[in-house]
Amino acid sequence: MDDRDKMLNAFERALLDVDRLAARQVMEQRGRDMRPIRFVEKVVLPVLEQLGAGWQDGPLALSQVYMAGRICEELIDEMLPPADPSRKNQPRMAICILEDHHALGKVMVYAVLRSGGFDLLDYGVVGVDDLVARVQADRVKVLLISVLMLPSALKIKSVRQKLMDRECDVTLIVGGAPFRFDDQLWQAVGADVMCENASDVVPAIEKMMEEKR
Amino acid sequence: MSPVSTTSMQRVLTTLGHREPDRVPFFLLLTLHGAKELGLSIKTYFSTPEHVVEGQMRLLAKYRHDCLYSFFYAPVEIEAFGGEVMFVDDGPPNSGEPVIKTHQDIRNLTVPDVENTPCLARVLAATRGLRDRVRDQVPIIGVVMSPFSLPVMQMGFDRYLDLMFEQPDLFSHLMKINQAFCVQWANAQLAAGATAICYFDPVSSTTITTRKMYLKTGFEVACQTLAQINGPTATHMASGRCLPILQDIADTGTAAVGVSCLEDIRAVKAACKNKLTVMGNLNGIEMRRWSVEQAENHVKDLIAKAGAGGGFILSDNHGEIPFQVPDEVLMAISDSVHRWGKYPLPTDVSGKE
Repeated sequence: MDDRDKMLNAFERALLDVDRLAARQVMEQRGRDMRPIRFVEKVVLPVLEQLGAGWQDGPLALSQVYMAGRICEELIDEMLPPADPSRKNQPRMAICILEDHHALGKVMVYAVLRSGGFDLLDYGVVGVDDLVARVQADRVKVLLISVLMLPSALKIKSVRQKLMDRECDVTLIVGGAPFRFDDQLWQAVGADVMCENASDVVPAIEKMMEEKR
Repeated sequence: MSPVSTTSMQRVLTTLGHREPDRVPFFLLLTLHGAKELGLSIKTYFSTPEHVVEGQMRLLAKYRHDCLYSFFYAPVEIEAFGGEVMFVDDGPPNSGEPVIKTHQDIRNLTVPDVENTPCLARVLAATRGLRDRVRDQVPIIGVVMSPFSLPVMQMGFDRYLDLMFEQPDLFSHLMKINQAFCVQWANAQLAAGATAICYFDPVSSTTITTRKMYLKTGFEVACQTLAQINGPTATHMASGRCLPILQDIADTGTAAVGVSCLEDIRAVKAACKNKLTVMGNLNGIEMRRWSVEQAENHVKDLIAKAGAGGGFILSDNHGEIPFQVPDEVLMAISDSVHRWGKYPLPTDVSGKE
């Protein structure tokens, strides 16, 4: 096992044990040659992706993935403050919960994105018209929508239509329980990407950025 | 002499005893569709118990299934705690801003008086109305949120997980309040005529918490709570996975378990044999776009995998069928159970009798 594998294992163990101190120790022992953003790319994101996949496949619980995301967000906020130039050159992004007060999915995606070095606007809980107006005013290019209930998921179709009516070129990334139970739903509501778990979001955005380059 | 027909109650009790009745019992857990039957908005439908009684009776006659569901909507309990309920035109009412915003709110929380809380009184009146209509012929399923899962609506999922991991004393205090309410609420529904109580507990599922965490939290809460409920209970995971904790769920004293379509029903049934009756596991979200043929195939497949030997009630996997599921699909599910679910089951439920 090489040093990076040991670091990955130790970091994953710390997150699964909800052990902030141990996670911080791994981060602090990363060595002089590993800059913060490199630690994020080589350790934090792979571990979060692995945990996300573990939840999707069954062996891990959402509470573990959630607490892992929270710990990572706290650590990365110290390493890479919001104004840090090391944060990525990224499209303008926003995240919201559509007509629902169940915030867990949004909180997890927000934590993973912040852990990945991204900055984004947090719209909180919004309705369709308010969301469309804010996306247009903020010139958002990537919109992440989290839902828990099927009626909220179906309303994304209306968001897409209204964005098109206003000629807003926005990539729509959706996630939440209804999409996991029906793999055709995201296309039916006009989304561009569906993420099955929070850690799918970073690779999806990086792929999109690569394609637009 | 014509054979004496089996009532839904007899059918369900036989399967709960892990024996085969005349056919596979099935529960269409319909709430919102009652509003459709009466041509009312969802908000108006739930405003009086008479609407719900009439809606449930019409759904029973139309789909020939095996239960009445006195459940109104999940946030009725939040309403009882002083919270807001948000109605929409095409889905279940949702809980609004959390009633618990600070730790002090948990310390100040008091147990609602079930009999004197109007939203709960409406549910009790509907339960009594249903009981008057069917007496002991059809089981009436009442619903409570488990004390362990209710905080998702009381304070928000993320803040509840923070509390669970980081504030064990406050967590215990909240469980005591919720438990006192849950027991009172369940027993009031049983006294009003509910046959059994469905104990919704998705936070206990392994989708949300690990088994280790469950044994320290949701399991203990369930053991204590169910022991104080004066009637049979069924624990429902509301789409969450539960295969690794089925023995633990049986140990809480519940009689049945509502399981997820994300798990292999054959494996679930085997793990539950002679311990728990399995309820499930049609995918309610997908159901809205099924054809009649697809509905029939799903029902046949489910009966083939889980029907043998009793101990199985065919149902959706969430405990509530979405408003968007069309009548033709529900009718196809019903027709298919009536056709393919007769015991002894056809040797090949896939179509070759």
